[in-house]
Parts: sequence; structure tokens; C-alpha cells
Amino acid sequence: MPEVQVRKRLISVEETFHEGGPLASKPLRRATAVAVIRNPYAGHYVENIAPFMDDLKPLGLEMAKALVSALGGDAKAVEGYGKGAIVGSAGEIEHGALWHAPGGYGMREVLGGAKAIVASTKKVGGPGSRLDVPITHINASYVRSHFDSIEIGIADAPRADELLLALVMTTGGRIHARAGGLKASEIKGEDGLR
Amino acid sequence: MSAKIRKIATFLEETRSEMGRPVDPPTRRAAAVAVVENPFAGKYVEDLSELMAIGEELGELLTQRAVAALGISPAKVESYGKAAAVGENGEIEHAAAILHPKLGAPVRKFIGKGAALIPSSKKRGGLGVALDIPLGHKDAAFVRSHFDGMEVRISDAPRSNEIMVAVAVTDSGRPIPRVGGLTKDQIKGEDGLR
Repeated sequence: MPEVQVRKRLISVEETFHEGGPLASKPLRRATAVAVIRNPYAGHYVENIAPFMDDLKPLGLEMAKALVSALGGDAKAVEGYGKGAIVGSAGEIEHGALWHAPGGYGMREVLGGAKAIVASTKKVGGPGSRLDVPITHINASYVRSHFDSIEIGIADAPRADELLLALVMTTGGRIHARAGGLKASEIKGEDGLR
Repeated sequence: MSAKIRKIATFLEETRSEMGRPVDPPTRRAAAVAVVENPFAGKYVEDLSELMAIGEELGELLTQRAVAALGISPAKVESYGKAAAVGENGEIEHAAAILHPKLGAPVRKFIGKGAALIPSSKKRGGLGVALDIPLGHKDAAFVRSHFDGMEVRISDAPRSNEIMVAVAVTDSGRPIPRVGGLTKDQIKGEDGLR
């Protein structure tokens, strides 16, 4: 069983007060947690990579907890989430897909069972690559005000034999959301969509 | 007049290993970045005192935020740095007015000491520009293990009429320092140099 070796971790919190419009009564907060780990499959083709997903679960949980704490400690304040991965150049895109299950598991665990699929993206890239991580409402994917994204990246990662793994959480929708569609106040939150 | 802040972001970076060698305890550094309106964008203004006042206000706010992100008592800060990026309708002198005359005093007041110059960098740039914040030991600029830099960026800043201002603090030097020079346990910390 390959061990999860973390080289680096980055937590960021962004607080937006306005974007040219009226000052928000409650600033929007968006947090990202990024971990840089060794890619145990870098440099060669390995058929059976799936077991690594279980190894990554504690990391997913740790990062999800760090996000809630960075947003103030109350899991109930979290309204949006997303995840992503950048695979270093000696790995394959499929290695990034290993993050889907443990990343989603970690966030659902701390949020107490969010219903919506966790929006995600991934790519292969070099150090300093940036990734626009998509964000949607945690209980209803169609909530239009919560369609969002946040850019992440670290200047010196991922190296060729590394994986950069990201989770993101937000406390609300876009700061001046006014493009209509399903509202957070209108959702049923049962099927994960509406 | 006080700063018109659109956004504040904090970054906490933790290095746990380097080249496969554990870094224990991890080195940790944090940066707080504010995106503020540039009151002088698009015109030449001789008297920049309004920006100096904004610098004073941000010195206090950003230092508090960055130290809070590290989760340490202010006295435990080991190194610091500051930087600013001016949007395309401003001049580099605007960054100088924010950074140099008044920003440092509240930084030093908050962390309790700070005999050394606060290393700084500035630039003019567009949205998503990377700021490389130089870092140096807070009481003795010649401590070689603490010569460092931290890259931060915000994908949607600075807009043309904005200025991005950053303060970075650490509780440590580089991950595995081994290029000699003055060490932190050898310093007097009186003249700011040694």
C-alpha cells in the first residue's frame, strides 16, 4: 500500500466585500486547501491504482476540516464546494481521478452529508500551473447563484513526480448574483440537483 | 479617508518535506493581501499622503490577519516582508506611498519588535499578476536561513484602478537551510542587521 507523503500544504481564504456594486451585508468567503503529495505511480504505467483512493481518505478528511476551520469553524456556514487535481508531468491524468472519491468523502463527512455531486476538474501540468476549480451548491447543483470557480496553484508544484490535490469551500454564491435561475432558498435538496 | 477594500485574501503555506527529507516541525509562512481602490488612478497627483494613510491602516490589518492565519502569538514571528502591485492606471510611486512611509510602524507594534528593515517589492501589473514578497528576519537582516520569498496572487486583481497590498510573516526560515551565514541564535537584534 503506497504511503501518502505530503510535501507541502497551502490554505487560502479570500473574503470579498463588493465587486463594484453595493457592499455585501455578509462578505463572501472562499477557502482553498491544496496538498502536494508524491505520486506513487509516476514514471511508469500501473494497472491497479484504485487502492490508493482509500489511502487518500485521511488526507481528504484533514483538508476538509482545515477548510471549515479556515471559514470560521461552522460547517453549517458552507454553501458551495468543489475539487480539483494537477498531475505532475511524469504522471497520467488517470492519477488525478484518484482524488474524486476521497476528496468528496472528506467534504461530505465534515459537512454532514451534502447531496450534490462535487464539481471537479483536473489536468497534467508543471510547477506553477494554475487550475480553475469549479464550485457549485452543496445540496443542489442547479442553484445558479452558486455557479462559481476559484483559481489555485503553487509556484513550485507539482514537480514531475507529484500530485497537487485541491478542495474548496465557500460561504455563499457570487457576491452580486443577479443572473436568475434556481435560488438557494427554493431548493428541496433531496436529489442533489434542485 | 480610509481604504476602500474590495477583497482580502490570506495564504498559509506549510512545508512538510523537501527532496523526500522530512521538515519537522514544518516551516510555515502566511501572507495577507488586500485589494483596495486606488484613489489616484488615471491622474497625476503630487501629494500622496492619502495613500500613506491607507498604508498605515493596512499595515495593522494585514499583519493581524497574517499572524492569525499562522495561529501563533505575534511575538513568535521570525521573518517578515511586504509588497504591492499597482493596477495599470496607477503609478509605481503609489505602491511606494503605501509601502514605505507608514505601513511598517503598525507591523512592528503588533509583533512587538522588528529592528530590521521590512524587505519589500513592488510592481505594476494586470489581473492575476504574481507578487513575490521578499522575506527577511525581523530583527537581524543578515540571518541567512531566513532570506526567502513567497509568491501570492489573486486571479481577479489588481483591476486597473486598484492596488494589491501584501504583508507576509513566518514562524521559521527556509525548510532545510544549509548555506551557512549568521544563524538566528547568534543575533543581537539591536541594529537590525546582526
